[in-house]
Order: sequence, then C-alpha cells, then structure tokens
Amino acid sequence: MDKMPGWADALLVPLISLLLAAILSALVIIGIGEDPIAAFKLMVDGALMRSSGWGYTLYYATNFIFTGLAVAVAFHARLFNIGGEGQAMIGGLGVALCCLFIPWPNWYIALIGATASAAIFGALWALIPAYLQAKRGSHIVITTIMFNFIAAALLNYILVSILRPPGAMDPATARFPKPTHLPTFQDMFSTAAEPMFRGSPANVTFFIALAACLLVWVLIWRTRLGYEIRAFGESQSAARYAGISPVRITVITMLISGGLAGLMALNTTMGEAERLVMNATEGAGFIGIAVALMGRSHPLGVLLAALLFGFLYQGGAELALWTNIPRELIVVIQALVILFTGALDNMVRMPLEKLFLARRRKA
Amino acid sequence: MDFATLLQVLDSTVRLATPLLLACLAGLFSERSGIFDIGLEGKMLAAAFFSAAVASITGDVWIGLVAGVLASLALSIVHGLASITFRGNQLISGVAINFLAAGLTVLIAQDWFSQGGRTPSLIGQGRFEAITLPGADALSGVPILGPIYAELISGHSILVYVAFAMVPLTWWVLYRTRFGLRLRAVGEAPEAVDTAGVSVIGLRYAAIGICGVLCGLAGAYLATGLQAGFVKDMTAGRGYIALAALIFAKWRPWYALYACLLFGLLQAVALRYQNIDLGAFTVPVQFMDALPYILTVVILAGFVGKAIPPRAGGEPYVKER
Repeated sequence: MDKMPGWADALLVPLISLLLAAILSALVIIGIGEDPIAAFKLMVDGALMRSSGWGYTLYYATNFIFTGLAVAVAFHARLFNIGGEGQAMIGGLGVALCCLFIPWPNWYIALIGATASAAIFGALWALIPAYLQAKRGSHIVITTIMFNFIAAALLNYILVSILRPPGAMDPATARFPKPTHLPTFQDMFSTAAEPMFRGSPANVTFFIALAACLLVWVLIWRTRLGYEIRAFGESQSAARYAGISPVRITVITMLISGGLAGLMALNTTMGEAERLVMNATEGAGFIGIAVALMGRSHPLGVLLAALLFGFLYQGGAELALWTNIPRELIVVIQALVILFTGALDNMVRMPLEKLFLARRRKA
Repeated sequence: MDFATLLQVLDSTVRLATPLLLACLAGLFSERSGIFDIGLEGKMLAAAFFSAAVASITGDVWIGLVAGVLASLALSIVHGLASITFRGNQLISGVAINFLAAGLTVLIAQDWFSQGGRTPSLIGQGRFEAITLPGADALSGVPILGPIYAELISGHSILVYVAFAMVPLTWWVLYRTRFGLRLRAVGEAPEAVDTAGVSVIGLRYAAIGICGVLCGLAGAYLATGLQAGFVKDMTAGRGYIALAALIFAKWRPWYALYACLLFGLLQAVALRYQNIDLGAFTVPVQFMDALPYILTVVILAGFVGKAIPPRAGGEPYVKER
C-alpha cells in the first residue's frame, strides 16, 4: 500500500498546511510594515490572557462550531454546502419569530423552543437545494450560493418592511422580551468576590454547541444513518447497490447540515444581540468551510479548529483596535487556511507520501 | 415611462451589464475547459483594486489596467496550481481565492492609502473617459434613432465596446478555431484530447489564463470606468451574478450576452426605482435584487430547458498509466 500511517494523515498534513498558512500570513503582516511576532503577542494577550478575552473567543468559536459541523456533515456525503451563511440567516429568522411571538415563561424553555425553531428554519432553507440536487441534478454548490443571496434579500425585505418596529430607523426587529434572554458566562461563572467574563458575549449556547459536536460524532460513526451517509460519500454507486437511496441520503444530510447552520443563530441572535439584525451572521457561514476542512470533518477536529478561529477573530479585533492592521487580516488568514488545507492539500500530501514510501522501502 | 427615461434605464443597463459580460465570458472559457471557477468575484475584486490603485499613483489608467489584469492573472495561476497541477478541489480553491482577494485588497489599500480600505478618487487621465462615436452629435436631432445612437450606443468608455466585441470573438474562437475545438473537447472528454496527443494541462492553463485576463478587464472597468476608484467589496456579488448568467446562458457566448443584458437591466431598474407599484401590489426592491438568483435556480432545476454543464467540469484529470 502506498498510504501513510493514520497519524500522519490526521495530524501531520493539517499541521504542515497550517504552518504554511501561518508563514504566509506572517509575510503578509511584514508586507504591510508591521511586526508579526508583536502582532501575535497582542492577539494572545487580547484573546487568551483575560477571562473577558476568552468570553469573546468562545463566543466566536460557538458560531464556528455550528457552521463547521454543518459543512462537515455535508462533506461526509461528499456534498459541498456553501449555503451555511443563508441557512444561518434564515435560522435567525426562526429564532426571532419564536422569541417575539410566543410568550415564554423562562429562558430554558424558550431556549428549547428557539433551538427547534432555528434548526427547522435552517433545515428548510437547505431543503430546496437538496431536493434539486437529488432529483434534478442541479449542482448543490451553485444552488446554495444562489440561496445565500436570496436569503439576504428575503431577510432584508422582512426586516425593513415587516418586523421593524414602528418609528425605528435601522432594519432590525424589536428587542426580545426579558424571559428569553440567555444567561451569559458572566452571569454563570462570576462570584461576588471575583467577576468573570465581564462584558463578553459568550453564553449558554456554547454548551449546546459542545452537545452538537457529540451528537454529530454519534450520528456519523455510531448510527445506521451515519454509516449510510459515509457510504454514499465514499461511493455513490456502491451505496446504491447496497440499497441506500441517493435521494433520501442527499436530502436528509442537507437537512441536518442546514439545521446545524441554523442553530448558529441562537448564539448571535438570542444570546448576544437579543434582537435580529441584518448581517447577524458576519460571514461565519463561510468560516465554517475553513473550520470543517481544517478539522478533517471530524467533530473533535471541528471543535479545535473553531477554537482556533475564535482566537483569530478575537485577536484580530484586538489588532484592529491597537495597531494599523485592519480586521481583514483575518479574512486573509481564513483564505490561506482554506487554500492550504483544502485546495492545495495534495501539495503537502504528495511529497509526504513519497517520503513515507521511501522510508518503508528501506525498512 | 417616457422615451427619455427608457433610454436612461437602457443606457445604465449597458453599463451595468459590461462587468457581468466580461466576467461571464471569463467563466465561459474556464468552465468550457473543465475548470469550475467560483473565484470570478475575487479576481474581479483584485483587478478593481490594483487598477484603481496603480491608476491613482501613476495617473495613467492604461498602466492601471495592466496592473489589474496582472493581479487577476496571478489569482488565476493560484487557481490553476490548486486545481490543475495539484488536482485539488476546484470549488474550494475558488472560495479561497474570493476570500484572499476580499482580505488582501483592503489590507493593501489601508497600507498604501490609509483611507479606510479605499483608493483616492480617480480624476482626469486616471479614468476611462466616455467615447463619443462619430456623428453622434450631428445625428442626435433625428427623432428616436438619433437619441438612441447618441445616448445608448455612443458615449461609453472603451471597455464597454471591448466587452461587447468579445462576444462574437469568443464565439469565433470557440467554434471556428482549432484551439476552440480542443478547448471544448477538454471540458467534455479530456482523455480523448490526451489520446490525440494534445496537452490537457496546457489547454486548461491557457483557458484559465484567458479567464484571468477577462476578469481583469471586468474588475478594471468597475473601478476605473463605472466608478472612480476602489471601495471595499465593490464587486458586491457581481462575480456570482456572472456565474448565474453563465448557467442561464448554458455556457454559450451569444446567450451569455442576452443573460448579462437581462441581469444588467434588473440591476438598472432596481437602482432607479425603489419599489415598483403595479397597482394591485408593489414589487419590493429586494425582490429585484434576488431575481437573477431565483431565475438561475429555476433554470438549474431544469423546468425551463435543462442546463447541462461541461461533462468533465470540476474533475481533475489524471493520466492513465
């Protein structure tokens, strides 16, 4: 066999790709006349050395866990869901409708309702592209891209013309009622003597994200459906011979994927803003692609990659605050991570495989 | 709606359709050779920035144009390395290129000009000026035809005419030259091209090279013709609309022209009228914004004629041994 050992495939290749992305990012920082080591120190200080920094890091990570899992689940069936952004926007609509129009008695019952609502809205937004891919053979990448734009236009219309409270200027819903406000890390972990996570937006949704990681792991590797999804991803023709319906798997996988993307809205809409605003997703749907690629579509990998991107996001905000480096640096880093861990994967893999092969021949 | 208003809307249709058309033809070359390209947006954005930046530094729009095309070509080569040489996923590579351009343009703009991610406004020789076609002034007195010639056909910048001339040229290259035949073949059956002794890799690199140049023209037109300078994210999804137009046109040059004019018209109408009152109900402006995407999904669904992409599209070619 001309394969590498498993540990090299799972750890070495992503780490080398990440290193290449980091080196190029450092060169970019040098290119705009800043010091990459000082910048990195500032990012670590701002994102990891204070509990409020951690509060932001974990808040961003929560978003990326959901969108990363969404892309990862679809990857297992070899479907590329670029529509996480749109599904999360529509998930936000689900959260907003649920919080505004149902009189919830307290936050945890509201959270259960909003979770269901966000997942259903997100899943439904993925349904049409899934159906078109399964039944009509329309390429899911193109349809999900189109649905991102359609979602943005739809949400714009709903916020401007329907849900905007009378007299308000900005396109956003009214504030959600008090009983739907989720406890933040500050509420949960602060003691009278020592306030923790002060002013940071991390909230109870983080634990839902952790639970989602576990559930996705169980789904993919411990259930019959997960087996069918993986079999379909490995070989469509083999899966068909084994009696697995391509239509069923495509639609179900995309519903799960869309639902996970929709759940992201819990964190931004119910947990942080406590109302639905335009552009609540802030590109997190796309970062999910980088997170899933880096995490090798494994929930544990997605969790670690999401934490890394959470750190980059919060660190990037600190950089923008204290230096002349704009926040777009994070977009560049994100692009490099996608490029090296996704598209240029073979550039790292081919020489490594040759190296291992040569060593094995000697031994 | 009176005649003058109609002319104005059509005039802005032509101007808005131009970047779409150039990007759409760029995508056509790439996808006909079997390389999916969702990085049109990023390449346009990079070209828009570098053309505006270099034009504002040198004061010469032509040098700016060259810089923009080179920037777009550089991203094309990255796409080629990832999707042809290293046989990576073409869609993921396209996504990466879009983000790379979105981030780098703002980063460099901030470093060079310190104006919050934009370039200074272009003036004088830094922009493409409108060209008055011969006889436009003399004929403008003629009823109906005169104003159509003077306002609709004359009075655009050079890149608009280049874009429209590219349509028959693309058709001719694709359907009347040996290169075009091979290009279409490599997108349908690369193994056949390989058997005939023609380099698959060479043809595909040539295709994405053309794609890079055309995207460069599209971006340069945005920043130096349509507008005067670069602002953050100025492509605003035009690369994706061009992609939609390409599918709408079923990967054919003349239909690409019609699709881009249609989508340009939608943009022009959405720009001019906020909400359109049809008596019984009003069409919200957001619907007009979403219409190109909705139409594309309908076409993709195959309810109105089936859009079949090149057969080998998206698949890296692996030589058999």
